[in-house]
Amino acid sequence: MIRFSGVHKWFRKLHVLNDVNLHVHQGEVVVVCGPSGSGKSTLIRTINQLEPIDRGSLIVDGMDLSDRKTDINKLRAEIGFVFQQFNLYPHLSVLKNITLAPIKVRNIPKKEAEETATSLLERVGLVEKRDAYPAQLSGGQQQRVAIARSLAMKPKIMLFDEPTSALDPEMIGEVLQVMQDLAKTGMTMVVVTHEMGFASEVAHRIAFIDNGIILEEAKPADFFKNPQHERAQQFLKQVLSPMH
Amino acid sequence: MFNYQFDWAIVTSGKYFDWIVSGTITTIQISAVSIVLAFLLGLVVAVMRMSGFTPSRWAALVFLEFTRNTPLLVQIFFWYFGSYKILPTVVNDWLGTLNFEFAAGVIALTIYTSAFIAEDIRSGIRSIPKEQMEAARSAGFSYLRSMQYIILPQAIRIIIPPLINQFLNLTKNSSLAMTIGVAELTYQARQVESYTFKGYEAFTAATLVYLAMSLVIAIAVNFYNKYVLTPVRGR
Repeated sequence: MIRFSGVHKWFRKLHVLNDVNLHVHQGEVVVVCGPSGSGKSTLIRTINQLEPIDRGSLIVDGMDLSDRKTDINKLRAEIGFVFQQFNLYPHLSVLKNITLAPIKVRNIPKKEAEETATSLLERVGLVEKRDAYPAQLSGGQQQRVAIARSLAMKPKIMLFDEPTSALDPEMIGEVLQVMQDLAKTGMTMVVVTHEMGFASEVAHRIAFIDNGIILEEAKPADFFKNPQHERAQQFLKQVLSPMH
Repeated sequence: MFNYQFDWAIVTSGKYFDWIVSGTITTIQISAVSIVLAFLLGLVVAVMRMSGFTPSRWAALVFLEFTRNTPLLVQIFFWYFGSYKILPTVVNDWLGTLNFEFAAGVIALTIYTSAFIAEDIRSGIRSIPKEQMEAARSAGFSYLRSMQYIILPQAIRIIIPPLINQFLNLTKNSSLAMTIGVAELTYQARQVESYTFKGYEAFTAATLVYLAMSLVIAIAVNFYNKYVLTPVRGR
């Protein structure tokens, strides 16, 4: 579904992605973790070309991202992207936030799009907020709307870029729950997160990245019990027991 | 020493009143047409200026520097005296049928004002967080569609106050069109003065009409801002 082969990316002289090789299969949930500045956000942002790659090849849903003929808007419509800062459209109601792209990009009739939106809002437990504006919602509610907004496009892949990092602790659970439910439906997901509880329960695989290099790729059980790389060991120590 | 006899009747009735009214109508016409065109052109230039395509960015930049850094009066003269020498015959013939003074005035005012409008639009758009564009692009919207549905509706509220300013400037600047013979308000007030030597009354009347028009524009746009855009809540 997603295949990175020898992908490199630079920000000026900074080598943010260094020979990344990663294969995400259909229906798989892959968690990407690593210290801040390690390149994990850049990695996930290359998948829908918010960040173009400089070298190597990246194939997503059968489309080659380094091929200039690839219709990037068409590909993006197939990929949901959930941001750390939610990025809801503040001038539109919750319902319109969700129906805008289905109506304008997918040309789905308004009524049908609204029905889909309502059922998605039910799924994320926010149906009573359909006419509210983003500013009237808590962070956790906004993020759940953002997930519903992405799902309304019926995407083949969902990408999450630190979806809970901007949330107050008591709101993290509600968002992770929605993501876990989504994983159960067989959605292909790539999740950048520090939530190791989520990673160990939901992920099929964990990729640990540092300095733009994927140092370790393992099943959650192996990764948590027996991390191979020294940097991964340090990282886990810090995330799992930050006080020591 | 102060023995001037005011004669307000000159500008409140009769032939000269009709001149002032006719000038007012022409001022409204030239301003209204130019405001609409300047806004549209300004929008296009602003989008070109921000586009990822380098030649379009450069073209917009050259346009902006040229138009903002030369006097409006020179631009009016350029379009009136100079343009027919560079424009194709078809365009000249078409402009001739329209009322060439008026057309040249509209072109000059439109182009001059559009440069300022473009920069106001650009700074309004830049004030919208770039993540909004990323969210829109991620949903599969093209750059222009993202602008249309996501960025511009949010930016317009920020753009409106400076935009009112440009509309008012344009209306006031339209008085310069008298120099190429557009019979607008200032031109007519000048005519009244020439015929009657009642310059004080004539230009007081013109001043009040300009003031009234400016206030109407400001109130109308503020009304739009308050009652049409406010239901759209910001963050």
